[in-house]
Amino acid sequence: MKKVYATADAALDGLLHDGMFIAAGGFGLCGIPELLIDALVRSGVKDLTIASNNCGVDGFGLGKLLETRQIRKMISSYVGENAEFMRQYLSGEIELEFNPQGTLAERMRAGGAGIPGFYTRTGVGTVIAEGKEVKTFDGQDYILERGIVADLSIVKAWKADDTGNLVFRKTARNFNPPAAMCGRVCVAEVEEIVPRGSLDPDHIHLPGIYVHRIIAGQHEKRIEQRTTRKKETA
Amino acid sequence: MMPWNRDQMAARAAEELQDGMYVNLGIGIPTLVANHVGDKDITLQSENGMLGMGPFPYEGEEDPDLINAGKQTITELPHTAYFDSATSFGMIRGGKIAAAILGAMEVSEEGDLANWMIPGKLVKGMGGAMDLVAGVGRVIVVMDHTNKAGQSKVLRACTLPLTGKAVVNRIITNLGVLDVVPGGLRIVELADGVTEAELRAATEATIVA
Repeated sequence: MKKVYATADAALDGLLHDGMFIAAGGFGLCGIPELLIDALVRSGVKDLTIASNNCGVDGFGLGKLLETRQIRKMISSYVGENAEFMRQYLSGEIELEFNPQGTLAERMRAGGAGIPGFYTRTGVGTVIAEGKEVKTFDGQDYILERGIVADLSIVKAWKADDTGNLVFRKTARNFNPPAAMCGRVCVAEVEEIVPRGSLDPDHIHLPGIYVHRIIAGQHEKRIEQRTTRKKETA
Repeated sequence: MMPWNRDQMAARAAEELQDGMYVNLGIGIPTLVANHVGDKDITLQSENGMLGMGPFPYEGEEDPDLINAGKQTITELPHTAYFDSATSFGMIRGGKIAAAILGAMEVSEEGDLANWMIPGKLVKGMGGAMDLVAGVGRVIVVMDHTNKAGQSKVLRACTLPLTGKAVVNRIITNLGVLDVVPGGLRIVELADGVTEAELRAATEATIVA
């Protein structure tokens, strides 16, 4: 059971096929698997359906796969930061399925936990409910949402041990654990791989059972909205 | 007529918050509410996976791994906790967040909210708004009473695609404060210098006594 690979390209070798369904972690540009996205661009795999909260920005993150026309469909909650996405969407080149953010996260978690569907109040009485089963529990309407199982998950963590136990950092955790859980295969990229025994077992955020391949590398970690305050002068 | 400005609306919204509350603030005027909580012990949730959101970082101390739901760089506090998106929306959907304060394009007299989409114009997505309005204990909308064309945003029925149906509890606008009650909206408070006649004239929705 050797999970550590030398490069992102090697870690994806044998896992890719046209028309496949990929779940990706990240929120905005925070905690995105940027090295694996670059490797997907190089692989040329196409007609992808990608479940990811956002679709990167023009020229970075999943936005790179938009420029190369490798994405057929996105399942996302918010795509507002991406002019190329809007262009392809409005011209009918790309399909878009909006999911409320919490519904998307729970669809991934449920899919990974063997739960094919769940009822939620989110979206009742809106366009999101169209075509979905409505069920009343205790006088309140809920809609049925399906769990997601992806062919492949790509996620980013801070640290991994060589068995795939993952530790995330601050809000870069976001969608990465549920995205990792819902993949038949999960490839994780991290900033540092440490030997087993180096991570406190009580502080593992995602157990290695969900992670099949790991790479370490340098991340650009681009900031989307740099907001600061001035230091008060004493 | 002297309607409230953005800061005064945020200050009024902050009065809704009580000591010990866990609260989610939306983008725009709701973000300003954090500046007006004073000594109250309010914990801010950011739905991308954080409780205990701190202020913007000092220049040079930005951390790309630490952002809020608006993708802005922020800081942590001594009691901050981080978690994944499924856990985050579990606490939202599960009713653990006491209140959400958010902006709106339209609100109806039945508490319907539209704030995510203008067909043919704005198709960015709902983000976490649908989950928040369906899940949190209390939904407080902060917005201008009328749009740039002077038309009421407080309507009998929303014309835009809904974010949630019958979800809004209270509306705070530049003209005053309204509650969603059976049969329509009830005036709770008028902005200083705004008369009831002026508020009624700017409101399309039914106002009940």
